[in-house]
Amino acid sequence: MATVEVIAKDNTGTTNGKSYSVIGRRVLRPDGVDKVTGRAQYGADVKLPGLLYGKVLRSPHAHARIRAIDTSAAEQLPGVKAIITGKDLPLAEDKVAKSGEGSVNYSYLRQNVLAQDKVLYHGHPVAAVAAVDIHTAEEALALIKVEYEPLPPVLDVLEAMRDDAPILLPGLRTRELGEVVGDKPTNIASHEQFARGDVAAGFAQAAVIVEREFRTNTVHQGYIEPHNATALWNADDHITVWTSTQGAWDQRRDLSALLQVPISRVRVIPMEIGGGFGGKFALYLEPLAALLSRKAGHRPVKMWMQRDEELKATGPTSASVIRVKAGARADGVITAVQVWMAYEAGAFPGSPVSAGMGVIFAPYRLENLLIDGYDVLVNKPPAQPYRAPGGTNAAFAGESVIDELAERLGMDPIAFRRINAAKEGDRRADGPVYGRIGYIETLDAIAAHPHYNAPLPAPSAPYIKVGRGVASGFWFNWDGKSSASATVNPDGTVAYLEGSVDIGGTRASLAMMLAETLGIPYEDVKPMVGDTQTLGFNDGTGGSRTTYGSGIVAYHLGQAIIQELKKRAAALWQVSAEAIQVEGDRYICGDRQIAFKELAEKLDETGGPLSVSVSLDTKGAIPGFGTHVVDVAVDTETGKVTILRYTAAQDVGRAIHPSYVEGQIQGGVAQGIGWALSEEYVYDDEGHLLNASLLDYRMPTALDLPMIEPVIVEVPNPNHPFGVKGVGEVPIVPPAAAIANAIYQAIGVRITTLPMKPAVILKALGRI
Amino acid sequence: MQSFSYVAARTLAEATAILAREGDQAKCLSGGTDLIVFLREGRRRASVVVDVKGIPELNQLSYHPQAGLTIGAAVPCHRIYSDPEVTAHYPGLIDAVALIGGIAIQGRATLGGNVCTASPAGDAIPALIAHQAVCVVASPEGTRELPIEQFFRGPGQTVLGTGELLVALKLPPPRPRMGAAYLRFTPRNEMDIAVASAGVAVALSEDKARFAHARVALGAVAPTPLFVPQAGEALINQPVSEAAVEAAARAAQAAARPITDVRGTAEQRRHLAYVLTKRALWRAIERARTDGKERENGKLERGG
Amino acid sequence: MHQKVCVTAIINDEEVTFLCEPRQSLLEVLRDVLGLTGAKEGCNNGNCGACAVLLNGVLVNACLVLGVEVNGARVTTVEGIAPKEGLHPLQRKFLEHAALQCGVCTPGFIVAAKALLDRNPNPTEHEVRHWLAGNLCRCTGYDKIVRAVLDAAAEMRAQRQPT
Ligand SMILES: Cc1cc2nc3c(=O)[nH]c(=O)nc-3n(C[C@H](O)[C@H](O)[C@H](O)COP(=O)(O)OP(=O)(O)OC[C@H]3O[C@@H](n4cnc5c(N)ncnc54)[C@H](O)[C@@H]3O)c2cc1C
Ligand code: FES
Ligand code: FES
Repeated sequence: MATVEVIAKDNTGTTNGKSYSVIGRRVLRPDGVDKVTGRAQYGADVKLPGLLYGKVLRSPHAHARIRAIDTSAAEQLPGVKAIITGKDLPLAEDKVAKSGEGSVNYSYLRQNVLAQDKVLYHGHPVAAVAAVDIHTAEEALALIKVEYEPLPPVLDVLEAMRDDAPILLPGLRTRELGEVVGDKPTNIASHEQFARGDVAAGFAQAAVIVEREFRTNTVHQGYIEPHNATALWNADDHITVWTSTQGAWDQRRDLSALLQVPISRVRVIPMEIGGGFGGKFALYLEPLAALLSRKAGHRPVKMWMQRDEELKATGPTSASVIRVKAGARADGVITAVQVWMAYEAGAFPGSPVSAGMGVIFAPYRLENLLIDGYDVLVNKPPAQPYRAPGGTNAAFAGESVIDELAERLGMDPIAFRRINAAKEGDRRADGPVYGRIGYIETLDAIAAHPHYNAPLPAPSAPYIKVGRGVASGFWFNWDGKSSASATVNPDGTVAYLEGSVDIGGTRASLAMMLAETLGIPYEDVKPMVGDTQTLGFNDGTGGSRTTYGSGIVAYHLGQAIIQELKKRAAALWQVSAEAIQVEGDRYICGDRQIAFKELAEKLDETGGPLSVSVSLDTKGAIPGFGTHVVDVAVDTETGKVTILRYTAAQDVGRAIHPSYVEGQIQGGVAQGIGWALSEEYVYDDEGHLLNASLLDYRMPTALDLPMIEPVIVEVPNPNHPFGVKGVGEVPIVPPAAAIANAIYQAIGVRITTLPMKPAVILKALGRI
Repeated sequence: MQSFSYVAARTLAEATAILAREGDQAKCLSGGTDLIVFLREGRRRASVVVDVKGIPELNQLSYHPQAGLTIGAAVPCHRIYSDPEVTAHYPGLIDAVALIGGIAIQGRATLGGNVCTASPAGDAIPALIAHQAVCVVASPEGTRELPIEQFFRGPGQTVLGTGELLVALKLPPPRPRMGAAYLRFTPRNEMDIAVASAGVAVALSEDKARFAHARVALGAVAPTPLFVPQAGEALINQPVSEAAVEAAARAAQAAARPITDVRGTAEQRRHLAYVLTKRALWRAIERARTDGKERENGKLERGG
Repeated sequence: MHQKVCVTAIINDEEVTFLCEPRQSLLEVLRDVLGLTGAKEGCNNGNCGACAVLLNGVLVNACLVLGVEVNGARVTTVEGIAPKEGLHPLQRKFLEHAALQCGVCTPGFIVAAKALLDRNPNPTEHEVRHWLAGNLCRCTGYDKIVRAVLDAAAEMRAQRQPT
């Protein structure tokens, strides 16, 4: 096969009129050596004196009342140190806190971490044990007797919406456009609506109208490191938790609320994290480990999940049903769109349906739209964010319909999108007006790309059909709160402590921005991730916010150091700080100048140690867009779809570290491909998850994917000192739709369900 | 995991004595890629685990042009496909052992384990049926031999009695102008369990125009791996043609008795039985025509 | 019950004797008993490759080997890949190519890739993908991992050939 180009070129250049020396380079990450030698400490690697091991007993039923729990036999097992059940959790108020991009309801959280009177999904935690080793803890689980009264489960979103459906939460009432109306028990947690213009009038102007229903299945984030937590509830009632989390400060707040201890007594130390993709915000094991630690006489307790527990009981993202009607004039202008979407929330309210409503036609300028969304409970684990939460489902539906409209009008799919593409000043379905977005630029990048202009690859056998598909995607991007501090070392380096957990190389990108601001080499910034005791609040690593929000903080941190160093230079030369000019790493006054490094050596004589800290609630994120093109081969005898070539263009504002930007795009695409073709939750009628392993929950392997070519488009964000927009989420949005459109071109059938697995393709072809 | 004791057996007598004494509570450990998972998930229980990898008879791998091939039950996949003689003469078997799990699984997983797990989807089994393998079984009383297609009683069930273990698989030498192939269908390209599979072997007449011999076996379409004599009979003495292959593939499809489960639907499996038999037959025919040349040219998909 | 067994093995070129229960996997022993936490647990049933180690030079998943089975054997973990000075070319190329994001799969990939290059110093892209199919990575889409392995192989070949 093709030889591969060695490391791609650096991408230094200018943004917003500035030219850079560090930004745009492909520097090595500071935590890299530890990660390739196995030395990096992830949550499961924590070892403490007197460590106990904890395990969770989980419900074998999807829906049941708990009649009684008898832990007496388990308590007798030698080596067992503590057992907890739902009763051990203090009663949480029915309070809702903002958490990351979503919110957390403490009553629901409490019911989820340890079931109270009812279990609501297969795998719902019922009890937990701490013992001297993991095997003893496991044996103890087998000795806990739970008496269940099984109830009928509901697993399908449409069935759950019916009046006669089994009810999960008897107290739940529908929030209808923000207000609770009526007093009917229901599984419909909320109904929201975005409306603009007059859709009936819009459809009346349409030359073509496409109307389709789409269904997508439940999928999981699939990070390779399972959830884990080690907790020590000390005798002084201070709690320390070492864990794998995307948001240490969110977890501290939630732990404090759940365990009802003051926030000052909870310290959350985020360890290296083995992937999250949104699935590592929620609390699962942390409160259990803490309670077990207290009950076991203040010994530390470590817990980690097995993969079946991950799949059964942690954050899948919603299955959905989406009905779309869209019309366009003969000249290609979209006249109206109408959407009805229902997303599974799992056992408690909180699906990303409103995000889906925002994503579905976000790339287009629309005069007439009506989008209804429903958040619906089913007997599955509560949905958690998963990379562009709700976006892939929505784009699968929306972009399939866009493709069909273009086809019906006989237009090139990119040309059709270009006619309707949203620009700065256009209004989104959910209200806000777009700033300087770069959607059209991604369309142009794909239209001009050799991939889009190459002939389709020749089929390798008579039963193989090939096709090419295009789709676009959108994500809101997020700004939010970040904190950081820095100390200038006497050797001219900067120790940099920042609050964003590093999941994919952000320590490097943030250090680059600080180095760029200070005019010093990247290698001279020594970044470290802080914990809740060492820095102010920091929003979680998610929502594509880290390089944006924490990047702004890095910039201001740099500015604060510069201000301080100006004073030091002024002190050195006995002039006023205002008289000092800064150019790169040079501090200049008239014909005198001193470099950052030399000034650092003189800190002692110019006023002593120098450290600064910055906390900001950042604003000004601008949404990201991407356009993807994919070639597929469909084996018409087996129904298998193979990805032959994939190219993804995305406006990222500014690529601080191009390799990690590319990596985000490639990783998002790979997840999107898995969602499109092979990943799904398979439940039996009683609600048992049948494929709770990575053998049967089929994420793509290296052999299932081709190289994925990222095309970085840079339309800088004027609100960010370096133009950053955020990268992580957009790339998972278009793949399912792009692949569906390619399959259509190959076999002439539009597939409207995810995953587009072999049996579905065979059925569509009439082979089975 | 439940507690158990561990014995690394050195001789057949030692191993079979423990198995006879402990009965159901003793489990053979070969590569462990099934057993360790089963024990961990509580799907099997054992008070004693008997490691059979150190028993010489279970470790033999020898080929002789007259006697054929003997593969000890504890020989891991990677040793099998790294052996040039096995690779040259038993291509169907090689297709199968190079597919089991991924490379790290193949570093441990053995033929004996694959056969004794008796999964309807066990990849080695249809290929072994196609190659006319014979199971050598030992007990404290001695050894017995039986054709592999008679080894299975149901999903996870074999004919092994208390005190018995599988020692080796014996494969007859390849016939002249013989080709064999094993194909499975999985949604992923690796690290997946067969939705359906077909193992076939054909030998051609001297002019290579007719089938002189043919065997077809299917995986994952019945409670046990399925030998389909009708499919082979549909070929014997027929000209090598689309029509003959089609007839055999249809016979295989007709014999399939699949169920719907998490990995596939019954109708999908029935359809795949046909497609895979057809494709496996053409691959085997190609190999028979070139007498294994294709294989030596390195088309086999193995990283190493 | 719970009787521990004494096992002696050569781990990363050092003879080590440890006690373990028969039910403890090699992965548990490495991580919990010996403090070698480089091998990761991603699935504990052979499906992800995060726990990959070399057992007598053969690539295996440590979660599917019992600790007692390695008596008398040689085990190489990611901690034993680098030479005394510096990094193994694979480790360096993983860093240069940004072939890791969260990094939790990285030890397994490096061990698996080493096993490949030990056998096949000049693999094709397809061979690399096939060999690494037992190692799941959820972050990278594999692109940069495959490039890193191919590039390391090229560098190792160049170093081996006297110019
Ligand atoms: C990730 C993963 C992927 C897999 N992929 C595949 C695949 O693609 N195709 C496939 O077919 N299988 C697959 N398997 C299953 C397994 O790897 C194979 O069945 C393998 O061949 C089993 O061999 P083993 O030596 O590991 O068996 P072991 O686990 O050692 O034993 C399996 C069973 O056989 C019994 N046994 C072993 N040896 C003997 C003997 N000599 N006499 C009597 N009983 C014996 C054991 O007690 C046990 O019940 C996979 C497993 C995993 C974990
Ligand atoms: S932990 Fe061993 S393969 Fe996943
Ligand atoms: S880098 Fe995160 S799983 Fe591979």
